[in-house]
Amino acid sequence: MVDQQVSLPGDVVNLYDVSKRFESKSGAVQALEGINQSIHAGEFVAIVGPSGCGKSTLLRILCGLESPSGGRVQWGGNGHDEPRRGVAFQDHRLLPWLNIEQNVALTKLMRSRASDADMEKARRLCELVGLTGFEKSTPAQLSGGMKQRASVARALYTDPALLMLDEPFGALDALTREKITADTEQIWMKAGFAALLITHSISEAVHLADRVIVMSPRPGRIVAEFKIDLPRPRTSVLGSPEFGRLCAEIRSKLEH
Amino acid sequence: MSKIQRILIQFCAVAAFFLIWKGYVTLNDVSPLVLPPPEMVLVALVKLLKTPDTYYHLYITLSECLGGFAFAIVFGTVIGQLLGRSPMLDTIFKPFVIALQVTPKVALIPLFILWFGFGIESKIIVSAVLAFFPVFANSYLGAKSVDRGLAEVFLVGKASHSRRFRLLVIPSSLPYILTGMEMSIVLAIIGAVVAEFVAGTRGLGYLATVKLQELEVDTLFAVVILLALIGFTLYFAVGSLRKVLIPWHESASSVQL
Repeated sequence: MVDQQVSLPGDVVNLYDVSKRFESKSGAVQALEGINQSIHAGEFVAIVGPSGCGKSTLLRILCGLESPSGGRVQWGGNGHDEPRRGVAFQDHRLLPWLNIEQNVALTKLMRSRASDADMEKARRLCELVGLTGFEKSTPAQLSGGMKQRASVARALYTDPALLMLDEPFGALDALTREKITADTEQIWMKAGFAALLITHSISEAVHLADRVIVMSPRPGRIVAEFKIDLPRPRTSVLGSPEFGRLCAEIRSKLEH
Repeated sequence: MSKIQRILIQFCAVAAFFLIWKGYVTLNDVSPLVLPPPEMVLVALVKLLKTPDTYYHLYITLSECLGGFAFAIVFGTVIGQLLGRSPMLDTIFKPFVIALQVTPKVALIPLFILWFGFGIESKIIVSAVLAFFPVFANSYLGAKSVDRGLAEVFLVGKASHSRRFRLLVIPSSLPYILTGMEMSIVLAIIGAVVAEFVAGTRGLGYLATVKLQELEVDTLFAVVILLALIGFTLYFAVGSLRKVLIPWHESASSVQL
């Protein structure tokens, strides 16, 4: 099928009226309904919403793990090449039998042999996410936060146009989480890819995102959208009244 | 419990076992033709180990059971992976595999001898048939137990089939296959020895039957002890493969007596 509709230049991905229905013996669930969104190049978008609002389903559709029941997903680029996307999941999903640099280079390793240059790139990414000195360690030797860092490094290996983060810091303790969130902002500011963060945490979303999308469950749809114009890096404004006001405003949309 | 404590306790338990054995034989005046006292068995064992012929029999039995074990590993792993991954093959072949497992295979030994002769080949086959199932069943389970989350990572990354197999399926299955191998090696020894009992002209199983006929019960016991030692050695050799092949797995650090 030839796609007639061309995405706007500068858009990484466009979603046109995307819906997802899960059929099961106990009945059908409308997981997503009428999702229209675009993610622009270099933009950081966060999706917040309660459990079951379909935000993870949306991410799985963008990953190619699910296909939409209705609507269309249009990736940017020339439309022929595989969209460059990277994903870090909530559970780190590192292979326990590979060391950290091999895990980071997994996207390469799972298609062919890795050259010295490929492994060098993996080591650079380890350095970028703050894992210098742990390149040869196994995942079991790393703390939870470090495993998530490795998982993010792996997602970055493809030089993604869109980096997807599925609550990757959800299972971490508060302090580690704050640090890793701040580091993520730094990496994103340096690298310039577009990012999509799925999260429960409103403050994390406001900390990282240019745009926060609020979703509501059954059926999963977008109920509100906030532009966050706080100056970056935002580590300094985390305690500011403006930050608090945005969080409160988003929370009020979540609760109704 | 410290390591020294554990060894001490195990040593005392073994010593007590021999004391009870000795005590029972002495107090009840048991004929050495029925149950020789432990020191008599020890003497017989030393004598057995000094006889050059013993090593020939040992070599034969080892060849048989390692040959059978090798077949069991290859066929068990491959068929387990195939059936575990393909629902179609699973549907077609599962009844045959289950039938093979529930059949008392020892009853087939005369048939194997008819087909493969009285030589070492028939013993290898018996050993392989006995040892096949645990490797198969665990390989099958391993193929089905590939972590869903990790599989998704390979799906998102558009992994090639061969790389997926090497980087994901094989490492995921190895802990299972090694568990199967630990069970199998013991069965492989049993297969070889039983086949020798039935139709052997050499090997430790054959030697045991000869000693029984010659009423050298102490030597018979010595042969059995030798077989047990082989079993121990092979079992732990297979167990320690974990440390080499799957050092990342929790089970790799738990190999101990």
